[in-house]
Parts: sequence; C-alpha cells; structure tokens
Amino acid sequence: MTSFIQSYLGTGFGWFVAHLVYILLIALPLMLAVAMIIYADRKIWAAMALRRGPNVVGPLGLLQSFADGLKVFLQETIIPSAANKGLFLLAPIITFTVALMAWAVIPFDAGLVLADINVGLLYILAISSLGVYGVIISGWASNSKYPFFSAMRASAQMISYEVSIGFVLISVILWSGSFNLSTIVMTQKGYYGDWLGGLGLNGHAFNPLLFPMAIVFFISALAETARAPFDLTEAESELVAGYQTEYSSMSFALFWLGEYANVILMCALNAILFWGGYLPPIDWAPLYYVPGIIWLFAKILFFFFVFSWVKATVPRYRYDQLMRLGWKIFLPLSLFFVFLVSGFLMLTRYGAAG
Amino acid sequence: MVDLSQYLPILLFLAVALGLSSAFVFLPMLVGRLTGSHKPDPEKLSEYECGFPAFEDPRSQFDVRFYLVAILFIIFDLEAAFLFPWSVSLGEIGWAGWTTMMIFIFELVLGLIYAWKKGALDWE
Repeated sequence: MTSFIQSYLGTGFGWFVAHLVYILLIALPLMLAVAMIIYADRKIWAAMALRRGPNVVGPLGLLQSFADGLKVFLQETIIPSAANKGLFLLAPIITFTVALMAWAVIPFDAGLVLADINVGLLYILAISSLGVYGVIISGWASNSKYPFFSAMRASAQMISYEVSIGFVLISVILWSGSFNLSTIVMTQKGYYGDWLGGLGLNGHAFNPLLFPMAIVFFISALAETARAPFDLTEAESELVAGYQTEYSSMSFALFWLGEYANVILMCALNAILFWGGYLPPIDWAPLYYVPGIIWLFAKILFFFFVFSWVKATVPRYRYDQLMRLGWKIFLPLSLFFVFLVSGFLMLTRYGAAG
Repeated sequence: MVDLSQYLPILLFLAVALGLSSAFVFLPMLVGRLTGSHKPDPEKLSEYECGFPAFEDPRSQFDVRFYLVAILFIIFDLEAAFLFPWSVSLGEIGWAGWTTMMIFIFELVLGLIYAWKKGALDWE
C-alpha cells in the first residue's frame, strides 16, 4: 500500500501519508478494542458472580463503554488548587501515549508490523518502563495523601516485577537468538515436529525449559499492569481509588484506557513470546489457511479471559506478600533459568564454537 | 550501519499518540467551558480527604524501603542491560563468554543474598 500511495503523492509525502494511515489503523482499533474489552471484563466478572453485568445501553449492553466515555468527556475537569498543574495534566498524557506506543513493533501477522526493528523486544521493555513515570508524576502532582501513597506502591510494584520480566525475556531471547519479535515468533514453529510426525507444536511454552518462564511471565504481567490479585495500588478500602483519585473527566478515563491498553499489550506479549503469536497452535498445514491475525487475536482474547477469570476469583495479595513473590521467588527463579537455558544452549547448540 | 529509517514510523507514532492523548485531556476542558459544566469552587478544588480538611502535608515522610526497592531495581536492571547483548551473541563468544557472564551473575546473586539477609526485601 505504501508504494501505491507514493505513486500518487510522491516518495516523501506518500510515505508519510501511508504510515499515518497504518498508525491510525493500529491506534483507533486499539481504542475501540479497549472500550469493548472493558465491557467484556465487566460481563465476565458479572457472569462469575452470577450477575447480569451491563445490559441496558445498546443491545446486550454493548454500548456501555461508549456511554461511559461520552459521560466523562462532558464532565468538568477538576484541577485541585494544591496540585502542580503542568505535571498534573502531563501524567495522563504520558500514561496513554506510552500505552499506545508499544504497539508500533507488535507483529500482527507475517510481515504485518509497523516498525520491524531488530531490537523490538528491547523497545517494548523500554516503553513499558516509561509507564512508571505517568504513575509517579500523577501521584506527586496531585499533592494529596492517597494518590501519593498509591503512586509509591504502584511504582515500587512495577519496577519490582520489571526485573523478573527482564530476566524472563532474556531466556526467550537466548532461545530465539534475536530481539526481533517476528523472528521470535518464527523460531517457535514446529516443536517436536520430528517425533509427532510433522505435526509439531508452535510455541516456546511447549519447551520444558521455557514453560516455567511462561508462567512467571504471565503472573508478572498481572503484577506489572496492577491487575487483581496485585491491584494494591487501588485497594479501595485503603487508598480510595489509587493514584488517579484526584482526577476527573477524560484525564481520569485516560488512566483507565492506558491500563487496559497495557493489559491487552501484556496478553499480546504472552501470546507472541510463549504461545506462537500469529502461528496456529499446531504446525499443521490446513490451519495456516486461517489468517495469522485471527490466531493472534484468539490468543489475546484467551489470555484476557484468564486475566478476568483471575480478577473474579483470586483474593488480593498483601503488599509484603507481593514483594516477597517478586524479589524472593521470581527473581532467583528467573535468574536460575537464565543460567539453565544458556547452559543448555551452550551444550547443545553453541558448544562447538568454544 | 543500522538503518535508522526503520525508526521513523515510531517517531510518527509518538507524534500521533501525543496528539491523541493531549486532545483527550484538553478537549473536555474546552467542552466543559462551552457547556457550562465548568464551575470550580474552593471546596471542590481542595484535595480529597474523606470529607474533612487534611491534617498534614501529603508530601510528608514515607517508608525508606521504597528507596531500597528503587536502588535494588537499578542494580538488577543494569545487570539485565549487560545480559541483553550477551544473550544474542552467545554463539560467537562461546564458553569463555558464557563462563564470564555466569561469574558476573554469581556475584550479583551474592548481592541479592546480602540484601536478603540484611532484611532489605522484608516488608513485614
């Protein structure tokens, strides 16, 4: 499509317009997906609690999120008189911008990626680390007690789990030998193909050395996005509504949108890094007739369902339990698996080089 | 030489995302003034505290363990930063590179054990 538009608008401007279209094709459906996934989330909790959930606005309540969006859009934006106004308004902008930006390197299908950079995973890690700034700035700039405590908790929690996520990613990179997300997906093709008569399994999670890391990554993803059972940042009985307590109107909604965009991103990363991304689950030719993007979306939705399931059923952790899990269990475990995976690869794949 | 033009779409994405989120923040402020929902008063603009005036400055002391977590994070994240290039070049550096990195990780594990024994990881 780039060359088609370039033939009309010239090389430079055509490139600009084509990529603007691509970006909007990612960003706008993403925001739509966030609206629908909030609705799905509420429906799933409701079903698990034997309630009906939103069912008034539109057919089956499908338009609930849009009604909520319109409502907050028309509300007054309250900026507390004690707040640092510039930072106060900057925080939701940072949160949402960062949540959108990470999608630039996600491969939706073979070759279907906005920026196919060779350090894609490093970029994701860098961008998701920047999310802490939105949280801590909002807590600080509010100049209010509960947002401040919540921001301290949230940032300590996010950086704690980022450490173990970093080491989990190293295990995956070691096995795939690349930072490029498309390459990582393609190296997951056809596990045990020789034994299973050509019908291999697609996904690093089928590798016994990487399966524990898939579990660690999934739980760390829950903690990183402050989802239940790690939603201590917005523990209502202790901290009112978390670091966005002082926010109102669309600035408040941006934290929600950013949070859910991050949840979908983490579901996508689970699918891409461990469960074969846009590949079908089994390496069997007829399954490849289904477009890869459908497989990826199916996997994302599956992981999102598990996120909701966990939120509906698991009680909240205490803060000391959260920190113990992150620093005393996940960190040593993921470090040990870096040793294990790299040692195994040295013995089997790279041993001859030394 | 790395082809930096691959990163141009990301720069464009940054501009679009910044534009979108700024519009989401500033448009409701404008709309609120047009529809008349923008009615600030001193009570509304005071900080949240369950219905009574706040007792103390919110930016008061907080637990020093948050600092400890931040410092530990820097140590281990830097370690990860060293591991990233190592993990993709393992085939070229062979056993020598692998052994070196394992010694490095072992030293950091010693640091972790020290922090653990000192109680820096306890939140009781």
